[in-house]
Amino acid sequence: MSTMAATGPLTTSPTPILRVEDLHVRYGGSHILQGVSFDVPATGVTALLGRNGVGKTTTLKAVLGLAPRTGGVLLDGSDITRWSVTRTVREGVGYVPEDREVFGGLTVEENLRLVGGDVGADAAIVGELFPDLVNRREQRAGTLSGGQQQMVALARVLLRPNRLLLVDEPTKGLAPKLVTEVADVLGRVAQTAPILLVEQNLPVVRRIADTVVVLDAGQVVYRGAADDLMSDPDLTRELLGVSMRREARQ
Amino acid sequence: MSTRLKALPALALLLVLAYLPYVPVELPGILPGRVNGPGAMQLLAICLTMAGIALSYDVVFGRTGLLSFGHALFVAAGSYVLAIGMSSMGLPLPVAALLALAVTTVLALVVGGIALRVGGIAFAMVTLAFAQAASIIVLRNPGNITGGEEGKSLNRDLMPELFLGVSNAPYRYWLALAFVAVAWLAVSWLSRSRAGHAMAAVRENEARAAVLGFSVYRAKLISIVAAAFLGGLGGIVHAIVLGGSNPHLTTAEFTLALLVMVVLGGAGSKWGAVLGGFLYTYADSRLVGLSGSPVLDSLPGAVGQVVSQPLFILGTFFVIVVYFAPTGLTGLGKRVLRKERVT
Amino acid sequence: MSDIVLLVVTGVGLGALYFLAASGLSLIYGLMGVLNFAHGAFMVAGAYAGWLTMTGLPDTLGVTVRLALAIAVSVAVGALIGLVVEVVLIRPLYRHHIQQVLVTVGLSLAAVAAIQGIWGSDAHPLEKPRWLASTTRVAGAQIPTDRFLFIAAALLVFGALLALLHFTRLGLVIRAGVENRTMVEALGINVHRTFSVVFAIGGAAAGLAGLLGGVYANSVSPLQGGSMLIYAFIVVVIGGMGSLTGTAVAAAAVGLVQQLANYYAASGVGDLSVVLLLAVVLLIRPASLQGAHS
Repeated sequence: MSTMAATGPLTTSPTPILRVEDLHVRYGGSHILQGVSFDVPATGVTALLGRNGVGKTTTLKAVLGLAPRTGGVLLDGSDITRWSVTRTVREGVGYVPEDREVFGGLTVEENLRLVGGDVGADAAIVGELFPDLVNRREQRAGTLSGGQQQMVALARVLLRPNRLLLVDEPTKGLAPKLVTEVADVLGRVAQTAPILLVEQNLPVVRRIADTVVVLDAGQVVYRGAADDLMSDPDLTRELLGVSMRREARQ
Repeated sequence: MSTRLKALPALALLLVLAYLPYVPVELPGILPGRVNGPGAMQLLAICLTMAGIALSYDVVFGRTGLLSFGHALFVAAGSYVLAIGMSSMGLPLPVAALLALAVTTVLALVVGGIALRVGGIAFAMVTLAFAQAASIIVLRNPGNITGGEEGKSLNRDLMPELFLGVSNAPYRYWLALAFVAVAWLAVSWLSRSRAGHAMAAVRENEARAAVLGFSVYRAKLISIVAAAFLGGLGGIVHAIVLGGSNPHLTTAEFTLALLVMVVLGGAGSKWGAVLGGFLYTYADSRLVGLSGSPVLDSLPGAVGQVVSQPLFILGTFFVIVVYFAPTGLTGLGKRVLRKERVT
Repeated sequence: MSDIVLLVVTGVGLGALYFLAASGLSLIYGLMGVLNFAHGAFMVAGAYAGWLTMTGLPDTLGVTVRLALAIAVSVAVGALIGLVVEVVLIRPLYRHHIQQVLVTVGLSLAAVAAIQGIWGSDAHPLEKPRWLASTTRVAGAQIPTDRFLFIAAALLVFGALLALLHFTRLGLVIRAGVENRTMVEALGINVHRTFSVVFAIGGAAAGLAGLLGGVYANSVSPLQGGSMLIYAFIVVVIGGMGSLTGTAVAAAAVGLVQQLANYYAASGVGDLSVVLLLAVVLLIRPASLQGAHS
């Protein structure tokens, strides 16, 4: 366990888009999150980091309401702990889950329409960020490649106005070229809405993250500017068990 | 508390129940006639038999978490093979009983083997289908061996005198009581065995059970076969107590009734199953008697007609229990006991 | 040859009834994971509502008109009961699957008992218009005309459901929900409304199945729903839960097997052959039956 206490200030102003206070998640006998507290600033990308199994996905799920939680979750100052998942999403929290979870039996167009109402692949943002999907609109989502499915998963949340995006390991299992593409898209999206991003791929983090929050053993062990962490290989190795020497050439 | 001490309440109750045929007291409204009179003895015998059968179902549903709708099949098999063995094949009672148990076990292996190919709800529906098939066979009365809707009486010539006749009701009562005791012991032993632990693990979390090294398929199959064996034994006792095989045992209604009994009493608990089985059967038979009562006459036409149906009351009561007390009566009981202990 | 034609049409006609009963079950289970035992009660309710309509309306209207109205009533009653049951009993137990199943079990027992209490356990004869009770000559075979009514009804319902699933937003949500209900919620879509509608649709189809089952048997009785329900379950398991086309194919197959076996072997064997068919299908392709909720 790192001797680094949580460093770095919680953002003081303006109001963070998300504030998590003393979040606990107990599930099936395990105490997965043991008092997690952090802020997500109202702009930019905040990366949620940590070793495997430390509770990063669980944190995102808990924010959304998909995991049984106790503690405080404030969206732009409002307490959302009593909200249903559906309401939370409708109020502007977009969710891109690990493993994409697109609907394989539906076409790309249908996957998008599910969220966008009458507008699917015709939406401006789809054409702008995901031109490939426009060409594939009648294709069954189950037959798409991993990267294309990831684009669908991203595109559909963008069809709604978002105050915050929760994105879970979007580059998982993708070839390096696709990793870059996804990182690019995320970077552009971040200009319109803040993102809380769970990522294991550190070069991506270095490229697009502004702030980082590091979890270990169910608690926050580091908070600070992304650059500070990424430029300190000893610290990264200690907190994340990964050597930053291994940089992916893109 | 050591296991021996824990068994004391059950043992005490067993002794009390065993003594009942010597009790000439009358309990008007609760039992017909004297406690040791033939009417009450017969009623109690049926209730105890059902209690034991409910206990056998609890092995599959309460302890292993398998939603099986085919249990009635095994109970009926026990009952009918006994009756047919004695009538059509002229076998003496003990031999026919062994045959019935053997057939039931084989049936369980076959049905379980096929049904376990799928999980969850599909499994439930498959077991239901098999039970329905048996029901059809029994009712169609092929070659006149099952007696169709009339049921099949036991061959009086081959029956021991002890169990025949109205005045021998206490002996049938003791038989039923012995059955419940045997089932209770069997279930206790089973839940403490390796197989029993596997079943409990499967009920909690199948994936984790597999990871822990239990063969999930084998645990489930053992559960089904063990439950079927006890259920078949219950069928045999049921036939002796009633003097024959009753086609009601093959109906979907009976299967569902077993489910209701176990949930009402509290799934996964021996006391729960026994209580649920006993009380359900008691209520079912007593509620029929209510239909002539003046209380119902005072209710407006349709309402009175509806309420006079025992299954309506039981079905509604069941819905209420599932809502407000899903752990059944024993669950409620435990909650009350816990509160008392804390204060 | 005419024998074969007769058997095939009557078999498919029977399958049509099974499809009507099973389609609702398949959708309800596929989308909501609820094994709806009360479906049998929906069928009986529809059958009795139709019967009461027919006997309640004045004779001057003629049998055909009364039957048509009875059909409309049974569909409406089925839909209404389905909706009420979902909102009052099922929705509050959201995500507690076993409890939901148990509640439907209790409901089925109580509902059938209530009907028995009010109208008795005996079957009540159902009037049939003469043109429906007669036979039609097709390819040399004399086929009971009501079979064509069943097939027409099933095709209509199949077409309507298919259209609903593929051309409406509701259908889109259902199809997505059958695959992954949680993700649909995580996209901000209120599934509860969809659940209620699906239960209503299922109830409507069940009500129709119940009344047409009464037409088939020339009477309505309290236990009719229960026996048809078991076949409906078998059809859903064979056809794949949540798959409408699968249910349709399985329903036709089950009806055909039952009819052929009853004719070529002995009466009663048909029912057993259906169970055998189920066993065979399970032994050969268990994977296809898992659905989304194994």
